[in-house]
Amino acid sequence: MRNVVPVLTVLAMLVAFWWAAVAPMNMRAALDIAERGGHTVVPAGSVERRSVPVLRLMLDNHQHIASGYSLKRPRLPTPTQVGAELWKTTGAMAMKGRAFSKRSLIYHGWITLQSTLWGFLLGTTLGILGAIAIVYSRVANMSLMPWAVISQTIPIVALAPMIIVLSNQLGIQERGVPKAIIAAYLCYFPVLVSMVKGLRSPAASELDLLKTYGAGGLQSFFKLRLPSSVPFLFTSLKVGIAAALVGTIVGELPTGAISGLGARILIGDQFGTPLAIWSALFAAAILAGVLVTLLDIMQRITLHRMGFRA
Amino acid sequence: MIWLIGALVFWIAAWAFNVWLANSKAADSIILRVTVPVLFGLTLLVLWEGLVRGLGISQVILPAPSQIGSTIASSTNILWVDFNQTVIKGALRGFVIGALAAFLTAIVIDRSSFLTRGLLPIGNFVAALPIVGIAPILVNWFGFDWQSKAAVVVVMVFFPVLVNTVQGLRESDKMQRDLMRTYAAGYLQTLFKLRLPAAMPFVFNGLKIATTLALIGAIVAEYFGSPTRGMGFRISTGVGSLDIDLVWAEIAVAALAGTLFYGLVAWLEKRVTFWHPSQTG
Repeated sequence: MRNVVPVLTVLAMLVAFWWAAVAPMNMRAALDIAERGGHTVVPAGSVERRSVPVLRLMLDNHQHIASGYSLKRPRLPTPTQVGAELWKTTGAMAMKGRAFSKRSLIYHGWITLQSTLWGFLLGTTLGILGAIAIVYSRVANMSLMPWAVISQTIPIVALAPMIIVLSNQLGIQERGVPKAIIAAYLCYFPVLVSMVKGLRSPAASELDLLKTYGAGGLQSFFKLRLPSSVPFLFTSLKVGIAAALVGTIVGELPTGAISGLGARILIGDQFGTPLAIWSALFAAAILAGVLVTLLDIMQRITLHRMGFRA
Repeated sequence: MIWLIGALVFWIAAWAFNVWLANSKAADSIILRVTVPVLFGLTLLVLWEGLVRGLGISQVILPAPSQIGSTIASSTNILWVDFNQTVIKGALRGFVIGALAAFLTAIVIDRSSFLTRGLLPIGNFVAALPIVGIAPILVNWFGFDWQSKAAVVVVMVFFPVLVNTVQGLRESDKMQRDLMRTYAAGYLQTLFKLRLPAAMPFVFNGLKIATTLALIGAIVAEYFGSPTRGMGFRISTGVGSLDIDLVWAEIAVAALAGTLFYGLVAWLEKRVTFWHPSQTG
């Protein structure tokens, strides 16, 4: 809790910087519009202005700076513009009962969330199974582990279009499947690494104790190794779900998807509506925040119940 | 059919051989540590080749590794031009600028514990966000050439390196800092002789995360507009014109570049943080 004031201060500084940056970023566009509206601008003509530095333009035409804060298609929108657009496409539409219309970010967020969760489920399962194989089998440890590291150094975005082509050819109509695969690809690695650490975390003396109790392999797995890996698991799940969301959005960006937050960014780019891009970006950030917070709460409850000291 | 059976037989044989190697007495030797994973990778390639040939999969869907190999050999010119544009101009420059900026910012912020406490949670949060989404905005701001790609990479690399460096600078413990004070060391001396070296394992952790992000950023940014060269450009147009083997060749180059880049940073880490338990153990 003692971090609240510093965090808010830094946030305020960032927003202030953003606000200040809007003026120079939008100055040229604002002047073009003012000139078309019949105002005199120094120097006249959009082409002539291109060679004049922005600060000079701002000094000479200070009466037009304010109009840069209310452009329809700004290079850099103001925080309030983004907030208003975000509200218009989520809360306002929900109040009109059209929360799941195709123009609302709730609908697109839901599409992205579904793929993220499927990818998260798949990635986590693969990660845990892989970790069990690596902990129990020497040959799996030697042959899988280096490739798991290498797999993460391969830029998945390069593979993303191919995954989509392949799953189309295999007759998978569901658009969510390739996205979920990409999400799982990014998500399994942190889970795998943490679970290997977690499953190996019991001390040799603890494992020996179970042996003296006559516990078999399965029993020592379920009663010792698995429970002691839970703190590791939750930490990696938080990283994993964020990675899965990144994967889903990367999967939506280059592939001509029509729904999902990544697709909103793509469409906003094609139609030249920066506000749509920015609001989709912030919606993605909010979604990531909510998912990580939910897992954090689950972690606290579970660890508390299991008697770990937080 | 013969291809399918051959691939399966090879797979089983290689697996059995690997099991035998891993359980042999020499399993900890450096040669086997390399051989086992290489053999595993080789099996995957053979299995891929066998499946593609055995099932008669069309090359517009999934080309065989041998065919991808011959495409790589015959189009080295294109691949080099794309590699130069995307990796050297876009990713590498962005990586250096972003990492340096984050490193210097971290040192400045570290002087105020108030700012550090405020920035760490925010930085951690931002590092988890899908920042690639800003690619279209930055392409719009900086134009189609490599500058916009480098800009995307700068933003993506910045936060992981920043957060890790700030965390690393807090790593030296009070005893050690007190000792430096008894030596009458000033701020700069403490920084260079104690705190920066102690922070290096963390800094390299951030840099290793950043290597992959750099390539991802540079390639994604090319999907939103680029000159008629670059790996992302070639991949997106190749998918459209069914040049699938060229796309796979680009993917192979990207994978190789990513692995080498990561390996380079990991090698540097070993050189710089040779004293750390994780390197000596």
